[in-house]
Amino acid sequence: MIDWISKRTRARAGLGFALGAILLFAVAPVALTDFRLSLLAKYLCIAMVAVGIGLAWGRGGMLTLGQGVFFGLGGYAMAMHLKLADAGEGNMPDFMELYGQLDELPGWWKPFANPFFALAATMLLPMLVAFLLGSLVFRRRVRGAYFAILSQALAAALVIFLIGQQGTTGGTNGLTDIKGFFGYDLADPVNKRMVYFIVAAVLLVLLALARQLMQSRYGELLVAVRDSEERVRFLGYNPANVKLVAYVVAAGMAGLAGALFVPAVGIISPALIGIVPSIEFVIGVAVGGRAALLGPVLGAVAVAWARTALSEKFPGTWTYLQGLLFVVVVAFLPGGLASLVGMVRRRTRPAAPAEPTAPAQPPATVLEGASA
Amino acid sequence: MSRFRGRRLMACSAILVAAVALTACGSKTGEGATGAGVTADTSGDTVKVGLLNSLSGTMAISEVTVRDSIKLAVEEINAAGGVLGKKIEPISEDGASDWPTFAEKATKLIKEDRVVAVFGCWTSASRKAVKPVFESNKALLFYPVQYEGLEQSPYIFYTGATTNQQIVPGLDYLKAQGKKTVYLVGSDYVFPRTANKIIKAYAAANGMTVLGEDYAPLGSTEFGTITNKVKASKADAVFNTLNGDSNVAFFKEYKSAGLTAATMPVVSVSIAEEEVKSIGTQYLADQLTAWNYYQTTPGAANDKFVKAYKAKFGADKPTSDPMEAAYVSVYLWKAMVEKAKSFDVEKVKAASDGITFDAPEGLVTIDGATQHISKTARIGKIGADGLITEVWNSGQPVKPDPYLKGYPWAAGLS
Amino acid sequence: MTLVLSQFFTGISIGAVLLLIALGLSLTFGQMNVINMAHGEFIMAGAYTTYVLQQVISDAGVSLLIALPIAFAVAGLMGVALEWLLIRRLYTRPLDTLLVTWGVSLILQQVARDIFGTPNVQTRAPDLLTGNVKLFTSADGVELTIANNRLFILLLVVLAIGALTMALRFTSLGRRIRAVVQNRDLAAVSGIPTGRVDRLTFFIGSGLAGIAGVALTLLGPIGPTMGTNIIIDAFLVVVVGGIGQLKGSVIVAFTLGVLQSSVEYLTTLSVAKVIVFVAIVAFLQWRPQGMFTLRTRSLA
Repeated sequence: MIDWISKRTRARAGLGFALGAILLFAVAPVALTDFRLSLLAKYLCIAMVAVGIGLAWGRGGMLTLGQGVFFGLGGYAMAMHLKLADAGEGNMPDFMELYGQLDELPGWWKPFANPFFALAATMLLPMLVAFLLGSLVFRRRVRGAYFAILSQALAAALVIFLIGQQGTTGGTNGLTDIKGFFGYDLADPVNKRMVYFIVAAVLLVLLALARQLMQSRYGELLVAVRDSEERVRFLGYNPANVKLVAYVVAAGMAGLAGALFVPAVGIISPALIGIVPSIEFVIGVAVGGRAALLGPVLGAVAVAWARTALSEKFPGTWTYLQGLLFVVVVAFLPGGLASLVGMVRRRTRPAAPAEPTAPAQPPATVLEGASA
Repeated sequence: MSRFRGRRLMACSAILVAAVALTACGSKTGEGATGAGVTADTSGDTVKVGLLNSLSGTMAISEVTVRDSIKLAVEEINAAGGVLGKKIEPISEDGASDWPTFAEKATKLIKEDRVVAVFGCWTSASRKAVKPVFESNKALLFYPVQYEGLEQSPYIFYTGATTNQQIVPGLDYLKAQGKKTVYLVGSDYVFPRTANKIIKAYAAANGMTVLGEDYAPLGSTEFGTITNKVKASKADAVFNTLNGDSNVAFFKEYKSAGLTAATMPVVSVSIAEEEVKSIGTQYLADQLTAWNYYQTTPGAANDKFVKAYKAKFGADKPTSDPMEAAYVSVYLWKAMVEKAKSFDVEKVKAASDGITFDAPEGLVTIDGATQHISKTARIGKIGADGLITEVWNSGQPVKPDPYLKGYPWAAGLS
Repeated sequence: MTLVLSQFFTGISIGAVLLLIALGLSLTFGQMNVINMAHGEFIMAGAYTTYVLQQVISDAGVSLLIALPIAFAVAGLMGVALEWLLIRRLYTRPLDTLLVTWGVSLILQQVARDIFGTPNVQTRAPDLLTGNVKLFTSADGVELTIANNRLFILLLVVLAIGALTMALRFTSLGRRIRAVVQNRDLAAVSGIPTGRVDRLTFFIGSGLAGIAGVALTLLGPIGPTMGTNIIIDAFLVVVVGGIGQLKGSVIVAFTLGVLQSSVEYLTTLSVAKVIVFVAIVAFLQWRPQGMFTLRTRSLA
């Protein structure tokens, strides 16, 4: 029986991935104009962050309100390399000559001239920061609200730091006017498409990775830590390490998303990584369904799309809608829109076996059930 | 299980490689971009122009009024018959105080709406974010706000003041008043840092001393320490490049510390009539500002502008320098198009040099080489009624010099 | 020396502002474990209350004094409405209250924009509060002054803490609040209506935000986003101070204020903010539950 279920879900997951790939690689490029396609690339970058948040928050119960930090680190690492490549060997990026009044490139910029170092840094740098912060914080059992507020403060501190170092980081402007992507001219629509395809492919890879993690023994341990940290400790595991892995993986995903955001949008700036954008990353995840695999992705894309579409016409209304959506979904539908699908399915086919890829109940409802 | 995992990951990597291989045939950098395939749509009875301002977020405070005055100019021009016989259709987009959004909306206006020109942007950061968009698509932006200079994009027209039309005259005024020492206070972003760099160079060459320099993060509202430092410095004057909310907190603290316009005047370059209203004259009375236009600037053109603005948006709404510059930018664009007899961007640019307009601030002239305009510099004093009255002006329009090439002391700056 | 003293007082007054904002949080967050991100918007409501009252009562001093109780009531009632509509459904999900109340804060900001307009509004401060007290003039001619508005805020904080401590310690309501915090189930069994106690606690905590809003009109801008800038700092004060403890918040607020103003004096405001953050992370390594801990069931 069990074997049969897992085979079935595996087949279904394969089908899902194939469908997603067809949508992203065949339908979207034909149906959308160049401009809308590049917007979709931007949404998909946000969706990558969402996959990580889904893992850390949905499965691990860590409300990561500071993902902007990792997104930013990845983005800056990539943008630094591209700026150096644009400037050419031995030259300084344009903004540094304007504002920096430096005689030569600062030392910490130099390694980013190497494309391999920069590419590795887009993921490893956020993961390293997450590892350091996470191992300090989780080991001391700082969790829940403390952790959320601490990650917000980290985002705020990083923004203030970046803005303060205008000569070497571009300050509030951030790093703009990025012309090329590893030798390809970003002004050429063909190359913009290439960036889109890379973004879409990376998102699919990250989704596959997240699914593997969620379905593995580790994934079960993570959910167990979320639901009862003490019990897992009594079983002989160290919950701090379990959480750390999810946190670091989520940070790496956010870093990669930031790195791809740079060629897709052409800018990285402190405004993209502060407290507000960090919370906005979470909105899409909450709306889509935090604990489901696809929920965060679909939620993130839907919210980002709604923002573009609605804010074009009704900027004020959009703020109301964004707030309301958040309040209603989190307060009354903690499983997100994905749980609606599950509910409908359960109601229409009561005899169907439980669906592992369907949203697991979020921690909240579990607790609620226990206390009721 | 592990067998499956390996297979799936391999499949995914294959997708990735295939995606790159399939599409990696675009042009390389340096081969000459092929992206400028979009041309503005001028076929119908109307032409579209883009209005790109923050209608939400922290910058909405200032930018909504700029949008309103652009709309006013568009309506006036349409009522008078339009441009080259075509009515102007304004399309407004919200930059949401977020720089990447500005870039996204600029792309939308150019590529989807196919506008003939875009008016707007306020902060330097938003201008820097959209600059590559306009350059790579060869489209026109009119930027209406005073800024830090050191920029000259071939696809941007700057109708606000550059540094030699605002900051340098402000310093000249302080020098003429016998102020020997200044203290610099600014928000932490490009404009104040660049402005202060220029001020320090000016001071060094003109026998003035800069006693201190402090920056507060944008939106910061805690000025206790900075005020202590300013007070302890006993400077003759303060040069203030703070932006937005920070000004409110700074001036409240300044007054509480017992500092006044009589003992230590503050020259501000980002406080216009609108901001005076939200800070309160209780804290601002008799402090100085440096701009090119005030609501009280005399002249028939300004009377007409103020009257029209108040009739449309309310009698209690003041007019200010950036609003005026935005209003003027639409008329300048119209004059350029009419001289070129075409909406074509390159022809419009070629026609720009020497075009004049009798603006509310006085006569302005486009300098085709820098794409800035000549403007009269005016120092004003904030009155108890919330209006700013001129105490000094440069007598004639100052030619724009964004890189300060005509000032020997500024040699090392750019 | 003068500078050191005036800098020290600046630090104390930064601490007082922080404390005034954190005081309400120490009730709603500290005692009830609710992370109310809309606390900043209750501060905003208090500030706008001052503005509206001044349109009616032109005397700045009178309107400011009347604004204090009215802002307390306005923000308090907003808090009760929020508690009753949303938060009471979420007591078992503290992290979700953070997200829900953030959504609420977005909505409240937009409401303020639609009612009062996007630009900041101004209030007149009474002339008495725009002056300062001169303590002495040092040898090099620098005056040591203390701003009256800062003194007023310090006084307000002292009064608020006093009243709160008294209320928690000596009134029956205070006993009930403490009982519910320490053991909700036992309190309920003993006949304490926990729902009503929660609502009252929320009323007082949110009301204190309203008072903070009135005080802030003397210092900074009054606009739709005024609450968002300061709220994270205030949360940090409660986190570091320790949940459920007033004295922790008091000590931490003043320490952070003095730390920030001294570092800022020596370097810049940006560096000061970053250093304060690093100090907090380091401190939580040493004492992860904050400066003082209260042994309660909810903290297990």
